[in-house]
Parts: sequence; C-alpha cells; structure tokens
Amino acid sequence: MAYVLEYDEDLLIEEQGFDDHFHEHHHGDKYQSSFINTYIFSMDHKMIAKQFLITGIFWAIIGAAMSIVFRLQLGFPEENLAWLQPLLGKWITVNDSGIGTLDPQFYYALVTMHGTILVFFVLTAGLSGTFSNLLIPLQLGARDMASPMLNMLSYWFFFMAGLVMFLSLFLSTGPFAGGWTGYPPLSALPQASSGSGAGMTMWIVSLVLFVVSVLLGGINYITTVLNLRTKGMTMWRMPLTIWAFFVTAILGLLSFPVLASAFFLMMCDRGLGTSFYLSEIFIGGAPLDNVGGSPILYQHLFWFLGHPEVYIIILPAMGLVSEVMSVHARKPIFGYKAMVFSILAIGFLSFIVWAHHMFMSGVNPFIANFFVIFTLIIAVPSAVKVFNWIATLYGGNIRFTSAMLFSIGFVSMFISGGLTGIFLGNSTIDIQMHDTYFVVAHFHIVMGIAAFFGMYAGVYHWYPKMFGRFMNETLGKIHFWGTMIGAYAIFWPMHYLGLAGVPRRYYKFDTFDAFAHFGDMNKFITIAAIVVFFLQILFVINFFYSIFKGRKMKTKNPWGATTLEWTTPVEGIHGNWPGNLPSVHRWAYDYGKDGIEFIPQYVPINENESEEH
Amino acid sequence: MSVAVENFRNNRIHPKVFALVTACVSMTMLFAAFTSAYVVRQAAGNWLEFPLPTYFYVSTGIIVLSSVLLHSSYVSFKNGKEAAYKGLMVVSALLGIAFVVCQVLGFYEMEAMGIELTGNPSGSFVYVIAAVHAAHVLAGIAVLAVAMLHAFLLPFNPTPARKLRFQQTIIYWHFVDILWVYLLFFFILQQT
Ligand code: HEM
Ligand SMILES: [Cu+2]
Repeated sequence: MAYVLEYDEDLLIEEQGFDDHFHEHHHGDKYQSSFINTYIFSMDHKMIAKQFLITGIFWAIIGAAMSIVFRLQLGFPEENLAWLQPLLGKWITVNDSGIGTLDPQFYYALVTMHGTILVFFVLTAGLSGTFSNLLIPLQLGARDMASPMLNMLSYWFFFMAGLVMFLSLFLSTGPFAGGWTGYPPLSALPQASSGSGAGMTMWIVSLVLFVVSVLLGGINYITTVLNLRTKGMTMWRMPLTIWAFFVTAILGLLSFPVLASAFFLMMCDRGLGTSFYLSEIFIGGAPLDNVGGSPILYQHLFWFLGHPEVYIIILPAMGLVSEVMSVHARKPIFGYKAMVFSILAIGFLSFIVWAHHMFMSGVNPFIANFFVIFTLIIAVPSAVKVFNWIATLYGGNIRFTSAMLFSIGFVSMFISGGLTGIFLGNSTIDIQMHDTYFVVAHFHIVMGIAAFFGMYAGVYHWYPKMFGRFMNETLGKIHFWGTMIGAYAIFWPMHYLGLAGVPRRYYKFDTFDAFAHFGDMNKFITIAAIVVFFLQILFVINFFYSIFKGRKMKTKNPWGATTLEWTTPVEGIHGNWPGNLPSVHRWAYDYGKDGIEFIPQYVPINENESEEH
Repeated sequence: MSVAVENFRNNRIHPKVFALVTACVSMTMLFAAFTSAYVVRQAAGNWLEFPLPTYFYVSTGIIVLSSVLLHSSYVSFKNGKEAAYKGLMVVSALLGIAFVVCQVLGFYEMEAMGIELTGNPSGSFVYVIAAVHAAHVLAGIAVLAVAMLHAFLLPFNPTPARKLRFQQTIIYWHFVDILWVYLLFFFILQQT
C-alpha cells in the first residue's frame, strides 16, 4: 500500500535550495506597491495570468452569445426574433406584421466574429496566455518571466486588440463579415460588402496588435524556459505542461510573423491600390483596375499560420491534460519521452501541412498529394499521445475531480475530432466534405471543445493556486457532464449534415429541397447549443463566486502533486518563493514510486531508491 | 533591471540577448514569408522583369560599412577608447540615415523606370519589402539614438549593464544589415 513520505518541506527547500540572492535586492516600488501596479499594470506573472484568463472569459461569453444568435437563425429561421432588437438594434429588421428577422449581412458578421474571437482571443490568448504565464515560472522554479516588462506589454497589446475588435462591433456598417480566415477579395476590397470597409480595417488592426502580443509573450516564454530554470531542472525533468507551452511559443514565433506579412500585403491592397491578392474583379458590373494578383497567395500565407495556429491552441491543452491526468490518476504519465517527442513532431509537422485547407482552391493535385501524406502522418504522434493518456489512466487510482473529468473528456473529444481529420486529410474525400458542416464538426470537436476541456481541466486544477480557494466541485461535475453530452449533441449531428453536402456559412437553406429534411436536426442542435451555453454560464458563476466564497485552500499542496508550483505560499508573493529557490532532483512524475504515494521534485534522491524513470 | 534576469549570472548568453535573438528569428520569418510569397507569385506567370535601382547597391555598401563601424565602436567601448567609441557610433548612425535616404531614392529611380507601386506585383513586392525593411532600419536608428544619448550624456564607464545594452544594439543593427544583404541577393537571383 502506498505510504506518504515524511519531511519538512520548507526546511528541505531552504537547505537544499538555491540561493539566487533574490531577497537581498529591493524590488518594492515596481511591484505591488499600489492598486495600479498590483492589479492593472502588473508585472507579476501570476497577476498577468489572471488578467489573461478573465479577459478570455469575457470574450468567451461574447463569442458564445454570438453563436447562440446565429444558431437561432439556423435552427428556427422562421421564428420571430424581434425580442433581440433591443440588443442588436438595426440588425434585426421587423416587418409590418411585427416579425423580426436577422439581417443576413449581420449573420455573416456574427459567424466571422465568433470564429475570430474564439480562435484568437479565447483559445490562444485565454488559454496559452493564462497558463504559460502562471506555470512557466512556477513550475520551473523561476522568480518571474525573463522580462516582466514585455510580459506586461504582451497582455496590454492583447487588451488593445480586444478593444479595437470590440469597438468594431458597433460600427454602423457592422464588423468584418468575410469569415475568420479573412480571404480576399471580401477582405481586400472595402466596397466588397458592408463589413469590408471600416469593419475590416479594424479587424486587421486588431489582429496586428494581437500578433504583437503573441510575439512578445512567446519571446518571453522561450527565453524563460531556456534560461531561467532552477538548479537541477534539466529539460528532461520539465513537466509536460512546460514542454507544451515551450513548443507552442516556438510555433507562434515562427508562424505569427507570416500572418503579419499576409496582413501587410492586404493593407497595401486596401489602402495603396496594389494588386497582391486582386485580379480582374468586377463589382456591380464595373471592372476594377487591379490585375495580376492572386487570392490564393493570401490563402497560402494565412494557412501557413493557420495550421500551426490550431496546434498553438491544442498543445497547451494537451500539456495541461497530461499533467492533470497524472496527478489525479496518481500514476506517472505513461511514456514521458514519447510524449515530448510527439509534441515536437506535431510542432514540426504542423508547418508542412497547411495546404490541406486549400485542396479545393485549385492547388495542383500532385502538390496536394504531398500535403495529404504529411497531414496523415500527423495522426501518428497524435495517436501516440492518445495511447499514452489512456495507458496513464489504465490501472490508475483515479480521483474523479472536475479537473480529471475534463481531462478524460478531452481525450474523448480529441479522438472523435482527430478521426474526422483523417477523412478530411484525403484530398479526394475533401472534394465532397470541404466547406460543409463536416468540417465545422471536425474542428469544433477537435479544437473548440477539446481545447476548452483542456482549459477547464487547467482552471479547476490550478484555481487554488491562482485564488487560494477551490471551485465548487458539485457545480463542476454538473458543468462537465452537461457539457460533455451537450457538446456531442451539438456537433455529432453536424457530421451527417456535412456528409449530405450541407454547406457551412449559409444563412438559410429554404431554397435547397435536398436539405429540407434537416430542419429538425438543426432545431435539435440549436436547443443543445442553448443548454450548453447556460452550462458555461454556470461555470462562470462558479468561477467568480469561488474567488470570494470558495472553500479556502488550507495546505500548500492540496492535490498531492510533485511539481514546484505547489511549494509556493498560498498567498502568492512577488518572487514566488520566500527564501531560496527549490532545487530539483527528479522528474515531475514520481507517483507511486517504491510504494510512496508521491515524491515532489525538490526531494533529493534517496540512496536505496530504485532507478530514476 | 528586471528581477528574474539577475538570477543566473552563469548563463553563457544573457537572457536579454537571447530574447533579442529570438525576436530577430521572428522578424526573419516575416521576411521569409514576403520572399516566399514573391516566389509563389512569380511562378504563377504574368511577371514583369526590371533591373534593380542602382541606389540599392549604393545603400548596400552603406549599411555594411555602418555595421562594421558600429562594431568597431563597440570594441573601442570595451577597450576604453572613449573618442573612437563616440565618433564611430555617430558615423554609423549617420550612415544608417543615408541608407534610408538611398532606399527612397531607389524608389524614385524605380518610378522613373515606369515601375509603379500599383503596377505589376513584381514591382509592388520590391517596394513593399524594401519599405518594410527600411522601417526596421528606422527602428534601429531610434535604438542608436538612445545609444548616442547614453554615450554623450552619461559619464564614460563600460559597466556590464551598459555593455549588455550596447551588445543588444549591435546585434539588432547587424541583423537589419544582414537582412538587407539577403534581400538584395534574393532580388538579384530571382531576376535571372
Ligand atoms: C489527425 C489530425 C488532423 C487532421 C488530419 C486534420 C485535417 C484537416 C483538414 C484536411 C481540414 C480542411 C478541411 C476542409 O476545409 O475541407 C481541417 C480543417 C480544420 N482543422 Fe483539422 N485536422 C486534424 C487535427 C486538427 C486539430 C488537432 C485541430 C485543432 C486543434 C484542427 C483544427 C482544424 C480547423 C480549425 C479546421 C477548419 C478551418 C476552417 O476552414 O475554418 N484539426 N483539418
Ligand atoms: Cu490544418
């Protein structure tokens, strides 16, 4: 039977620890000396993490609410939406008999904003921004990020990006409406549609600010991981969370500049009259001057970012899940090195598959073959990870906490969505599937839901570290089961829609007799979406309520985890450790070793201990 | 100075320098994207060939020289030669400005050849890529301006902190220099 190791944690860290002379310096003024530099322009990574998280929650609510509005349109196209008029104003047109309908242009704007917000603001900034900031210094035994200043700027650039996007929602011509991918010509010609004017200008400004934020953050994460690990924390002793954040940051650093270049050429087309993306276009019957450009060029540039971006979203979730799973299964993660190598392999491969988004854009079929092969190869490291998660669970002494449930749910979602990816990765099958609801189902399950589950696992698990209190577990479990069932209820049927050829991004299907019998299915999806939406509101309530009223964390290490973040004081102080930095003697997954329940990383190797993993 | 950075004195490369190099990698990706877009677009045909403006060759000489001089300024700084340090730095900053001026003159030269910004993308690419690069040089000039303020306002004293700051300045300045040389070779090679 497992027994617990006896030692005095603080004493051990103090004795074995590493004296970096941190506390001999005076850091008072810049840090937490007033309300402004504690809560607003904070340079403390723990506070910045909370800022990212709460801003992410804000955007998630807005983005999800938008999806409810367009789902109402899809599920109940004939229904009276006049009750939405107080909120949406002129975008709801009410006819003589008092029936309100959603403006079709605004439908597109909603779909576009939903995608942009969720992909960039919630699942990139809200997920990797939050947890990279919180965990990189804490789990590596660093006092803070390499440059707290850049870190603060990273958040504020994100904030400004959000502000610009938010303001664009209130333009009289509406926000950008050409899809989250911003394909030209809709995005390159201000006269192309009402959202393509000021709306698009603000969209692009917002995303350029966002790119700056990601780059500042990424530079910091990489530098911190490579330079500021505490004594004994070799790369091969880093928890998988850190590996995931590290590779994510590298992907971001290499791919986001490419998006910036795509946007830059776009701005020239829009503002200076160049023709990078435009050629032989007629608007209202009149030809434009632009010749010689190619919209496909934009697609290449966009998806060179776009595909790594989906892994920028999912890798941090994978890291969080690996860690949470190991802690709550009380078992070492299965195949640690294989996990690391598959993260690296996925990261590498993600750069050479982008054209699988363009099979139907007229890329040369021979070139498409190349992308088919690499796309399918990504399934290999992905499958390795899935296998290892399941093997970690196998025979584990599982504690079904909310965090653990969401981790297991993540694996389920990742499998379901990954399998449909293999369908889509075949260029011939993609002829039928492209731009249908099958794609919508694929990426919502594998990216949308899975990444959200990873994030929830992280929030429930590290909430005590962030706020010194626990979230309510009962509400957490309701949240999990409802969302798990509800999410499948929303997205599973979409596969059938897609197989039948129902195109995505359509306002209405009433002119398609072939799709008429899907009316009820669409109603069902919409109702499920509304239920799931309210379950997420439940989470938000739980989150904010628990900040003030949650059960207090009395001990430093409530989950019995091995990693260093659980050795810092509950209050979270500047510099993270009151005295010496802990020094590290082992990997992060000594659970159940030699019959001992868990051995934290700072505990020295015992003479009669069995081999290191 | 930032908190965390003080911890690890024994690192071979200072975290701040490392962070700068990382930033340079991401800027390289920006230009790699531009030049790949150029190649992809060129391969699609309907591409107008034209000779590069001669001013671009002049500017290349200027920026390379400027880089060399700034490096000597750094060496003089480390060796305590105050006058050479200050003088060389000023000259290299002036050369930086001359570089940007030459690029602009190069744009006029292109225009005189009939290559307009809004014409065939072959010309637009050269304008845009060179202009974005010039913007990076302008940022470098701003950094040099700060370095000059330090040089002339602070007492001459090569402390580790100031060496570090100067080191970062030259890394960036060399980076924009090498970047331009790459771009020039790229343009030349693509034209034949
Ligand atoms: C086994 C792995 C995967 C394969 C083979 C795969 C393949 C594909 C293919 C071929 C498409 C294009 C479909 C089309 O537009 O016709 C696609 C779309 C997409 N995939 Fe995947 N995928 C995989 C995993 C993932 C993961 C892990 C994510 C995110 C975390 C993801 C996110 C997306 C997104 C966001 C889109 C749609 C973008 C859009 O058109 O709006 N995929 N996938
Ligand atoms: Cu992809």
